[in-house]
Amino acid sequence: MHIAEGFLPPLHAAAWTAVSLPFVMVSARRVNRLMQDQPQFKLLLAASGAFAFVLSALKLPSVTGSCSHATGTGLGAILFGPSVMALLGTIVLLFQALLLAHGGLTTLGANVFSMAIVGPWVAYGLLRGTQGLNAPLAVSVFLAAMLGDMATYTVTAGQLALAFPDPASGVLGSFIKFMGVFAPTQLPLAVIEGLLTVVIVNLLRQYSSDELRDLQAFPRLFTVEVRP
Amino acid sequence: MKLRNGGLIVAAIILVVVSLVIGGRREGAEFAGADGQAMKAVTALHPDYQPWFSPLWQPPSREIESLLFALQAALGSGLLGYYLGLRRGQSRRNKQDRADAGD
Repeated sequence: MHIAEGFLPPLHAAAWTAVSLPFVMVSARRVNRLMQDQPQFKLLLAASGAFAFVLSALKLPSVTGSCSHATGTGLGAILFGPSVMALLGTIVLLFQALLLAHGGLTTLGANVFSMAIVGPWVAYGLLRGTQGLNAPLAVSVFLAAMLGDMATYTVTAGQLALAFPDPASGVLGSFIKFMGVFAPTQLPLAVIEGLLTVVIVNLLRQYSSDELRDLQAFPRLFTVEVRP
Repeated sequence: MKLRNGGLIVAAIILVVVSLVIGGRREGAEFAGADGQAMKAVTALHPDYQPWFSPLWQPPSREIESLLFALQAALGSGLLGYYLGLRRGQSRRNKQDRADAGD
């Protein structure tokens, strides 16, 4: 989902930056407040960011014969609510843009929007929605993380389609083309992201049940302590 | 729980291996990055498009690039492992304390 440096026309780059900036600013304030009001969560928040750091660094092979990577932003969205992930995702993307020439500064706004904003919000929405339907927590978490990942790549395809419409079939034709590049490759990776997120949530429920109980985002979800 | 987590991790590993095998059988499979392929699709759609900005710094070689990716993964998994290990130890100690207090 990394749109490479310079690969969005200046107008699009500026527009996506303008869209993402308020989310990142609100996120920074929320993270700041969380640190002040509930400093006991510092480490869990850092661990959620770390999860995104690992998963977005691992390029995995896919059935299509190409490689892609997961996003890892679902976990933090599930634990802390989606708004804190905008800041954490931006840090990950900045690291990759500056040190790895992966993504870029001009495309940072667009990449933040797909990976650090839409992905987490979709994950959060799915978690709440499926919990409302009384799905088992593991199923909810799996779907949230997996479809949050897919949503990120769908947004990237949309961003590229808007910037580069197909001369014959327009934005829609271009969107289908970019989805053809991303979606089949991403699907098994999104499943992997879902599975790993469930593993981490299982471990958290086992070892950090007291901490999860105090989380503001989903206190109810995690109150049932799971013992082996 | 241990069994279930183990199963989930094994399932993830199987998915990676199966992807590698199936993907490798496809014609022209090079396991190139999907991001790069999407940028190629951009140039295919609009051959006259020129990226107007280039990265400020690029890893000088594939080795340095893989070093930095490995560093990223190592930092992330190190912190995550530290957190989980710490909490595991604490929850065990709490249980122990509770058991001791009960005696």
